[in-house]
Amino acid sequence: MEALEFARIQFGSTTIYHFFFVPLSIGLAPLVAIFHTQYVRTGQERYRRLAKFWGKFFLIIFAMGVVTGIVQEFQFGMNWSNYSWFVGDIFGAPLALEALLAFFLESTFLGLWIFGWDRLSPKLHLATIWLVVIGTHLSAYFILAANSWMQQPVGFTIDPVTGQARLDDFVAVLTNPYLVGQFSHTILAAWTTGAFVVLGVSAVYLLKKRDTEVFVPAARTAVTIAVIPSIGVAFIGHEQAQHLTEAQPMKIASAEALWDTDRGAALSLFAVGDVANRENIVDIGLPRGLSLLATNTLDGEVVGMNELQARYEQEFGPGNYLPPVIVTYWSFRIMVGAGMLMIALALYGLATSLRGRISSTFGFWNRSWLRVLPFAMALPFIANTAGWVLTEMGRQPWVAYGLLLTADGVSPAVSTWEVVLTLGGFTLVYGVLMVVTVGLLKRHIDKGPPEETGEEVDEEHRTYAPLGGSY
Amino acid sequence: MDWFNLETLWFALIAVLFIGYFVLEGFDFGVGILTKVVAKDDTDRRVVINTIGPVWDGNEVWVLTAGGAMFAAFPLWYATVFSSFYLPLFLILVGLIVRGVAFEFRGKRTDDRWRWWWDQAIFYGSVLPALLWGVAFANFVQGIPITDNGVFVGTLFDLLSPYALLGGVASLLMFTLHGAMYLALKTEDGGEIQQRAQTLAQWLSMVVVVGVIAFLGWTYLNALALGDTGVVPGIIPVSAMAAAIAAALLIRERLHGWAFAATTAMIALVVLTLFLNLYPRLLVSSFGPAYDITISNAKASDLTLTIMSWAALVFVPIVVAYQSWSYWVFRHRVSRDSVEAPADTPLQVVDRRLAQARARKRQGEQEGS
Ligand code: HDD
Ligand code: HEM
Ligand code: HEM
Repeated sequence: MEALEFARIQFGSTTIYHFFFVPLSIGLAPLVAIFHTQYVRTGQERYRRLAKFWGKFFLIIFAMGVVTGIVQEFQFGMNWSNYSWFVGDIFGAPLALEALLAFFLESTFLGLWIFGWDRLSPKLHLATIWLVVIGTHLSAYFILAANSWMQQPVGFTIDPVTGQARLDDFVAVLTNPYLVGQFSHTILAAWTTGAFVVLGVSAVYLLKKRDTEVFVPAARTAVTIAVIPSIGVAFIGHEQAQHLTEAQPMKIASAEALWDTDRGAALSLFAVGDVANRENIVDIGLPRGLSLLATNTLDGEVVGMNELQARYEQEFGPGNYLPPVIVTYWSFRIMVGAGMLMIALALYGLATSLRGRISSTFGFWNRSWLRVLPFAMALPFIANTAGWVLTEMGRQPWVAYGLLLTADGVSPAVSTWEVVLTLGGFTLVYGVLMVVTVGLLKRHIDKGPPEETGEEVDEEHRTYAPLGGSY
Repeated sequence: MDWFNLETLWFALIAVLFIGYFVLEGFDFGVGILTKVVAKDDTDRRVVINTIGPVWDGNEVWVLTAGGAMFAAFPLWYATVFSSFYLPLFLILVGLIVRGVAFEFRGKRTDDRWRWWWDQAIFYGSVLPALLWGVAFANFVQGIPITDNGVFVGTLFDLLSPYALLGGVASLLMFTLHGAMYLALKTEDGGEIQQRAQTLAQWLSMVVVVGVIAFLGWTYLNALALGDTGVVPGIIPVSAMAAAIAAALLIRERLHGWAFAATTAMIALVVLTLFLNLYPRLLVSSFGPAYDITISNAKASDLTLTIMSWAALVFVPIVVAYQSWSYWVFRHRVSRDSVEAPADTPLQVVDRRLAQARARKRQGEQEGS
């Protein structure tokens, strides 16, 4: 293996790691803000305890999101300098705007929220957490604008002198049709993630009959919130799949293991392929399903990989334009499968909580549903990871679709051993931090929400005495 | 104004972003380093850490913005710098990672071993970047072996020349002193932490004066050797040295506010000196001027630069405004009393009861209405 392969492994693994924390930050922030708002509006103790409990949980996640994000920011230049040089004119602006508009907002107001419980008036203090919510969403928008451009380059020309991509139309970059789908899909996925984590943790408490006065409302809010985005994410995913037939037909064909162009194509449910001979050995499918999914008609034409490969060879010269089919095929199925399970769980939970009466033991719900939920916390993470693997590996061999091959994007100045060294370093640091983070979250959950006290500020985040204070 | 163009504006803006970064995160690094020196027990360390608790992340975003701005305004510069300084940057990143999580994770458990580990993370995670940023910036000015289109052909040792190492030591010293003055301002007046920071700063400031003069002197000699002393050769570096001396004098007088202003000016002026020395280059090539990365051969399109200029014009003032406000909110000094959980005093118990009663009353009203 050469620097290229290691650079890819490094980018993929550090980014997936970053994206464990990202959707949880995006999804939990609004929930914390909602609990906090409830507290300010009603003055009820249980909402204060909820805001505190989830607030602390959120801080652990957020801290990990921040430090792993810094790596992302620098990695483009470190491992992908040719790529950075090629796309910088277009790609750099969203990145800079993300920092300027989103990161400053998030970090400053989160500091104010954590340390500001007694420093700011309740309304102003509440506003700080909502600004954090806005910050996380803005940040997602800008970074996804950058990513969408790599998937579907728009609003640019190639500089005839230097060969770099040059910006023509920034509005086109910010309203990229690809971005519309990608942003909504990712945000809905993030909300689903937040809701399922709140549900899973609440279920642990309800099963133990601990602090039910706090976790029944938490689970109720979360289950209501889980329904909408988990269904929404499927709809938007479907839209995005349709858009892919135009934007990246190769990706959708590979996600379906569709080798030959077909009218009334079947939706593949299980396939065993022979990638070398470019055919499937076993393929069980839903007749006409794919055509329906991709074109909204039963006999729509879906172009297969063999034809696309031939087309690309004509357009770009000889080469292998197939993404790793096995990976895209299965990651698509894993994501959709996880999504379906989550929809079912959320709908069932909502239905029982609407219909059922609250009982003193398990809230509205029955024991078996609650027992599944702690494990169901893994589902959104699996789906998120599978989704990105599909998106990014399905784009291969391109790093900027149709413009720059991944192999040409790598840093020429960086040697294989340097990439191996840093890959090892990041793996070690990230590995240790994952163990520590999971340990801390578990501890936090074991400890439970804070007791009822009049004191607003927790011990860790106090910078002045509760009484008087010294100036 | 024929010297004025968008790439010069962006050169200036990136200089401003880096100055902002080194001034702000400079004292964060200093505070992180000083946890080992001025704090004698866990409570002290909590005081020291909490002085930057609410603000360090916002300070760090300055470098993210600077990096993003390099990427957008001078893609070739971003691509070259970040791939050439590969291993030093990796170490900076590791430092920033462990330090960042340490601030959040340290207080989550009370046992000594846990806190000891995070204390190491804070210390080394502050030392590494404080040192390596200086090394990197010194290299920008001195030049590194880059050929056509910014491809680095050197090794790690090319980045560790004596001048670059001096740059690293100078930045480490300056940030530590800056951090000491920040602590003097932000911890209890007359308290032990302040006293220790003061004692340390008194002798450290002399080393800083020597370090700054040596580094800037060498920078000037380097520039002479390259035949290009930059756009403003004299006044700025001399002011930087003057600021260092002023800081040393003000520290003796225990005028902490003024001394902090002087260390701020010192850092800003040193960074400014380096940028002025560079202009119109961005990264000097040791193979000669033909291979230098300059604002004209690295610049992005006028359209990108125009869009970014408008964005900066609107949003930088807003960011500065709310960040300043956050400093204002947390303007009080932090003391041992303030971070220790004191045993409940009768007054506190009463206070808490009252708060609870108020909450219940509010709740009752809500339900009643
Ligand atoms: C869909 C959303 C999303 C995606 C795809 C990414 N990020 Fe991220 N990032 C966030 C959403 C986010 C966030 C929600 O805004 C974070 C996560 C938790 C947090 O602290 O902020 C964050 C933090 C974060 C930070 C630290 C900000 C700070 O100090 O406050 C940086 C520098 C980046 N990210 C950069 C990147 C880069 C260069 C990415 C591309 C590979 C990337 N992120 C992917
Ligand atoms: C946060 C969610 C993301 C995840 C989980 C993710 C995942 C991946 C994976 C798995 C790869 C390796 C693909 C391969 O080598 O086959 C990759 C590559 C890459 N991705 Fe992403 N990605 C994410 C977001 C982004 C964003 C937002 C950008 C740009 C703004 C981006 C830019 C790249 C680049 C430059 C590469 C390297 C070239 C390549 O190997 O394709 N990624 N990513
Ligand atoms: C249930 C039906 C779903 C469908 C039909 C679907 C469809 C898709 C498609 C086609 C892509 C690739 C888009 C591209 O390459 O740009 C994608 C990506 C992705 N999916 Fe899904 N998805 C579904 C469920 C989920 C769920 C439940 C989650 C997580 C909770 C999720 C998270 C993601 C993520 C994070 C990406 C990468 C970002 C993006 O490209 O939008 N998906 N999805």
